[in-house]
Amino acid sequence: MRLTQGTFSFLPDLTDDQIRSQIAYAQAQGWAVNVEYTDDPHPRNTYWELWGLPMFDLKDPAGVLHEINECRKVFGNSYIRVSAFDASHTWETVRLSFIVNRPPEEPGFYLERNEVNGRSINYTVRSYAAAAKPAGERY
Amino acid sequence: MADAPQTVDLARAFADSGVGEVLAQLDRELVGLRPVKTRIREIAALLLVDKLRREHGLTAQPPTLHMSFTGNPGTGKTTVALRMADILHRLGYIRGGHLVSVTRDDLVGQYIGHTAPKTKEVLKKAMGGVLFIDEAYYLYRPENERDYGMEAIEILLQVMENKRDDLVVILAGYADRMDKFFTSNPGFRSRIAHHIDFPDYEADELAQIGEKMLSAQGYRFSPDAQAAFLHYINARMRQPHFANARSIRNALDRARLRQAVRLFERRDQALSIDDLMTIEAEEILASRVLDAPAAAKEPA
Repeated sequence: MRLTQGTFSFLPDLTDDQIRSQIAYAQAQGWAVNVEYTDDPHPRNTYWELWGLPMFDLKDPAGVLHEINECRKVFGNSYIRVSAFDASHTWETVRLSFIVNRPPEEPGFYLERNEVNGRSINYTVRSYAAAAKPAGERY
Repeated sequence: MADAPQTVDLARAFADSGVGEVLAQLDRELVGLRPVKTRIREIAALLLVDKLRREHGLTAQPPTLHMSFTGNPGTGKTTVALRMADILHRLGYIRGGHLVSVTRDDLVGQYIGHTAPKTKEVLKKAMGGVLFIDEAYYLYRPENERDYGMEAIEILLQVMENKRDDLVVILAGYADRMDKFFTSNPGFRSRIAHHIDFPDYEADELAQIGEKMLSAQGYRFSPDAQAAFLHYINARMRQPHFANARSIRNALDRARLRQAVRLFERRDQALSIDDLMTIEAEEILASRVLDAPAAAKEPA
């Protein structure tokens, strides 16, 4: 099951040129671009691992793309996303976030029904990959 | 019509690109520096022709634009480098038009393993623009074989070769030391396409530069002062430690001080705007340079 999180996630994967244009847009807006990766892409897992530091000081997408490719070399089997943080007052939040790398196999998630208190049911979303294996061996 | 040989309108492309305006501005704002302007003109022509070739389906490899600026102190190396980013951006060669100016401290680390990340960080910052390395010869310290400068040089060389379309590297430094630097790092010399030598200025060029500096600060010479200034320049050029335009700037700063003192001493009289702007001959002639013929002392 294909993971759909962040902007553009229902489109085909972005090519490097498209990623470059998106980063150029974010930089033109003055947002700090980050590269993040994880092997636990649960929808509630907001905090992915940060690759290096936020790139506040880069003015050109080439540097970010270089970092993305470095990250792909190390975590090619994980999810990698690019996020752009707007530090301006009253925003102070991530303005753009999209996936730039996904593992070849994506087993997806299942819905776990947990019967409690008689006929009540609690629902939980679990990832097949994260449920079966420890961190680092999932994809 | 289809059989007619395809013609290319270079004049039109030149007018459309706005390059003419960039070059005219360069001529207007920088005095002298003929070899530099010639080289920029050549680069502009090449980029324009390349663009036309690409439009007509001919192969056009992006030229290597790494440069080295050599010359004596105060000949305008740093000033031109700062301009270069803007020029190359307007010529469409680099995407960003920003300039990252660094020296040895910014590239070379303090302990093992510190240099590579530091250099790479700087290179990433400069991508899409121009990386300007001032006093580049300090990168290489032959007297210490364990110096980390070599590591920075290796990374630089690699990026200059592989990421040619991402950044332009400009090295600057005094001619003799840069020569020594290039002899001990032959890889650098061959990767730099443009070795531009900045000549020393002539006296009348220096006078022009002085007037431009003054008018940029909202001052001007009285006619007497103009003549006195030319006289001053001729005297100063014969003295040691002459640093071209930088000496001129220092001389003008001192003249402004003296002008302020003169105005202050007659503060009981009314001053006009003109008085505030004008530098008189006496401010120039008061310089110690003029009454110390070729003495080896610093001008006051």
